Amino acid sequence: MSSSIGLKWLMAVTGIVFLLYVLLHMYGNLKVLAGQEAFDTYAHHLREIGEPMLPYGGLLWIVRIVLIASIIGHVYAAFTLWSRSSSARPQGYAVKKSISSSLASRTMRWGGITLLLFVIFHLIHFTLVKPNFNSEADAAAVKESPYVMVSASFSLIWVVLIYTLAMIALGMHIYHGAWSASQTLGLTSTPRARTVAKTTAQVLAALIVVGFLIPPFYLYFSSL
Amino acid sequence: MRLTLKIWRQDGPDATGGFETYTVDDISEDMSFLEMLDELNENLQARGIEPVAFDSDCREGICGTCGLMISGLAHGPEVTTTCQLHMRSFSDGEEITIEPWRAHAFPVIRDLVVDRSAFDRIIQAGGFISVDTGAAPDAAATPVPKVQADRSFDTATCIGCGACVAACPNASAMLFLGAKVTHLGELPQGQAERNSRVVDMVAQHDHEGFGGCTNIGECAASCPKEIPLDVISQLNKDLRVAARARR
Ligand code: HEM
Ligand code: SF4
Ligand code: FES
Repeated sequence: MSSSIGLKWLMAVTGIVFLLYVLLHMYGNLKVLAGQEAFDTYAHHLREIGEPMLPYGGLLWIVRIVLIASIIGHVYAAFTLWSRSSSARPQGYAVKKSISSSLASRTMRWGGITLLLFVIFHLIHFTLVKPNFNSEADAAAVKESPYVMVSASFSLIWVVLIYTLAMIALGMHIYHGAWSASQTLGLTSTPRARTVAKTTAQVLAALIVVGFLIPPFYLYFSSL
Repeated sequence: MRLTLKIWRQDGPDATGGFETYTVDDISEDMSFLEMLDELNENLQARGIEPVAFDSDCREGICGTCGLMISGLAHGPEVTTTCQLHMRSFSDGEEITIEPWRAHAFPVIRDLVVDRSAFDRIIQAGGFISVDTGAAPDAAATPVPKVQADRSFDTATCIGCGACVAACPNASAMLFLGAKVTHLGELPQGQAERNSRVVDMVAQHDHEGFGGCTNIGECAASCPKEIPLDVISQLNKDLRVAARARR
């Protein structure tokens, strides 16, 4: 497990956990398009899944624990491998060209850190603190209704911009990550399987970027 | 052709090195890159300067000793070894930077020569078959399906040059490992040790201080023998199977 391939395994498996979560999250966000009532009911309903077997919000907590464990594993593996890679080449080249690698593949580490910072901002923004950036919105309503909270924020162009940049970073991470994970898990041992994995990664990345950006842009333009 | 060469000079393993700039004149387009360096060394010797140390042996692309980083590209701009690279791939007046492979596991011995014995130790850890394969006629008694035979042969063309490590931003040797594991793993004779081979070779790889793979693909793009990336997937798969068999 501590071998370089074992750590890649950890990164691939936790990465796939994120990927599944991100797909579900994106689907949920799209409910904004159905209006305030549908979205607020959905947010409330999420907390009731599994009742009475689970307490109110129980499933959400299970998901959160899995995600927290995954992020710890993912980041631990990323930084361990990062440090091994730096010591594997103590002296760099004076001149070094890249022939075939994609920008996405070369920015996995810094892009990943960007994503982590964004995740922290995002949690503060919509889960933990729910600050009201919009002076025109009613602060109490922002705390009450998820729909009001989200639409108050996304009527501000700079918030839309932060989310857009973050989603591009996410798309790049997934574009390389999904293909890389299939390679790490040993699923791409033929040229054909490799093409399929690369195409799937592209489609997934595009789907996630577009899917996540529809609600903010929809809310921004309807607020004009 | 007239060329400016910026070459890494280093007196010994522990010496601090640096770049020296030399110019060479009257270089023919038909010369190989190593012949161009031979020409430079003759000039240097005539002027009483220590010639540039570089490695070469077969000079026909099969031994794997001649690797150089040429203006940021392992083995230079063509898909071939440094010894098979010709000066027509460069233009008159060009400045060429020549560096040794850079990796913790490939320490510089002198100038452009690095110690690649880490690869030998990886092979010693598991890159072999110890079953008795018999004499030549016995080969016919063990049929190998065409698809497997082809894949085994294609990956057996790896000459252990280390360009994959040199080009990889992580200085990872996974393409080399993948080539060896696939070459032996596709053959019936390779099955007996298949699980221990991959486990031991990966352990030795990490022990030598090569980095982990991030599936970036610079290795396959730099490999003079065009070993494809799917051997790394094969390697990961074999390791997964071996890890499961151990439990
Ligand atoms: C601090 C935060 C993060 C860091 C430092 C980070 C870093 C990395 C690195 C270095 C890789 C390996 C890339 C490669 O093999 O080329 C990777 C893979 C991956 N990451 Fe992240 N990442 C982070 C957060 C995330 C997040 C939030 C997601 C959620 C979508 C994610 C999803 C993935 C996936 C699916 C993979 C593929 C696994 C593989 O390469 O085998 N990562 N990450
Ligand atoms: S895989 Fe290619 S680049 Fe790497 S050692 Fe073998 S021949 Fe050289
Ligand atoms: S000298 Fe043998 S491969 Fe170049």
